[in-house]
Amino acid sequence: MQVSKHHHHWRKLKSGCVSIVCFACALAVIAPLGLVLFHLVRLGAGSVDWHFFTALPKPVGEVGGGMANAIVGTLTLLGLAALLGVPVGVLGGIYLSEYGSRRFNWLVRFMADILNGTPSIVWGVVVYALLVIPMKGFSVYAGAVALGFMMIPLILRTTEEMLTLVPNSYREAAYALGIARWKIILHIVVKIASKGIVTGVLLALARVAGETAPLLFTAFGNRFWNHDLKEPIAALPLQIFTYAISPYEDWHRQAWAGALVLILMVLALNIGVRFLTRGKFSARG
Amino acid sequence: MTLNSIPLSRLAGQATGIEASSVTPSPVAFDVRDLNIWFGSHQVLFDVALQVPARAVTAIIGPSGCGKSTLLRSLNRMHDLVPSARMEGRITLFGEDLYSKKIDPTLVRRRIGMVFQKSNPFPTMSIAENVTVGLRLNGLRKSDLLQERLETSLRMAALWDEVKDRLNAPAISLSGGQQQRLCIARALAVQPEVLLMDEPASALDPIATAHIEDLILDLKKEFTIVIVTHNMQQAARISEHTAFFYLGKLVEFDTTTKIFTTPAQKQTEDYVTGRFG
Repeated sequence: MQVSKHHHHWRKLKSGCVSIVCFACALAVIAPLGLVLFHLVRLGAGSVDWHFFTALPKPVGEVGGGMANAIVGTLTLLGLAALLGVPVGVLGGIYLSEYGSRRFNWLVRFMADILNGTPSIVWGVVVYALLVIPMKGFSVYAGAVALGFMMIPLILRTTEEMLTLVPNSYREAAYALGIARWKIILHIVVKIASKGIVTGVLLALARVAGETAPLLFTAFGNRFWNHDLKEPIAALPLQIFTYAISPYEDWHRQAWAGALVLILMVLALNIGVRFLTRGKFSARG
Repeated sequence: MTLNSIPLSRLAGQATGIEASSVTPSPVAFDVRDLNIWFGSHQVLFDVALQVPARAVTAIIGPSGCGKSTLLRSLNRMHDLVPSARMEGRITLFGEDLYSKKIDPTLVRRRIGMVFQKSNPFPTMSIAENVTVGLRLNGLRKSDLLQERLETSLRMAALWDEVKDRLNAPAISLSGGQQQRLCIARALAVQPEVLLMDEPASALDPIATAHIEDLILDLKKEFTIVIVTHNMQQAARISEHTAFFYLGKLVEFDTTTKIFTTPAQKQTEDYVTGRFG
């Protein structure tokens, strides 16, 4: 009895220690996010005002101005990139999960995983060679294509995984009703997985929203309004980069503000669409 | 559920059913000839020959892994969906070859409804949408017709009274037994000629099981039903004919009374009396 009681205490102590370590690690996971947000709010919040969202950058030497063109530029680039990345990624993911031969799918998956690990600067250089040089100039198109290329493998893999998670019993139930295969996939399987697929798209958007390297050689950035897709366009990460490495105090201030706005945009994107896609009957939270 | 807990009336009703069918043999629905099925190099069914009578309940019994489900799935070409499956032999439904090259498997499945062991209503759809999905995705758009089929199917599945006030509620808000009846309603809505049931009550409690069994007794007036079951009392209660499978072979096929009282084969007798399996 004595021995077992001692044993019991010892076990409880060990269990407690492990729980504490796990909790500390969980905290460590969210700590960087907290740190980033805290830092950005402290240094950037003061400079995020109405002007920041509505004014163009002031010429060098003048104090003030905003990043209106960069904000619109980032949204334009993301929109166009999504036009390329979402259909290709989602349809490709559907193919991998529902059709295709084992060998071909393995090859596509393997390639997608390599592409996911490709440094983003490489995308910039590749698109520079493929688009910027032939088109004789930096452009919105080139920037969007670079970001879109980055999105494809991300969306492809998450879509495939979400579809594979849909239990086969639903496919069988639909087959037994004599429904054609493409309708089963589109109206039943994809619908069941839709929340996960949307989440994957969002994550991909959030990931590329902050990319600077692929835009350096493609969208290039500018300091004006641009309404021509064949011309260079400003983007928040580019602007932040330019301002942060500048020698001017006022630009540093605005770089912090830009970083704060960028991260809030990504956050809003996540929260907003999550809220919108809170499906009527979806099982998973 | 033991045999003692079955209401006598149901046993009696079942018994008269058998006498009627043995006096006037009903037309044949499925005619299975020389059926052999392999998964890869592993053979799961051997030379199965079986004639399933129309408008009656045929039970398929046998220990796990004896090929019951495979047989059932070959009847509506569901096993085609398994890439490694290979089949030899001939299956006709009311004289029509189900494996003819000219026949689209999708159309075969439309004529043959199926209910699975685990209820599987579509989680993204409401109760009403689940019932009508087969019709809608096959191109039926008229809302009054859909409404009519919705009610008829739910009534046939004995679920209408329980759900008529919440047709737009999520299907997964129903209880397990209700979900299974919803799946039956979904299968009935496309107006099949035959209903295949793969252990439809094995995941349900005795009360829900009794509901499903009552329902099957009702449905056999209009449909041909083939049911795979692990529950021998259930086979005895609801079926007119029983097929006993063992190790991929059809050991015996006869009227249910005969199988359960005076089986011709020793193996059948051992199985139905619980000596093995």
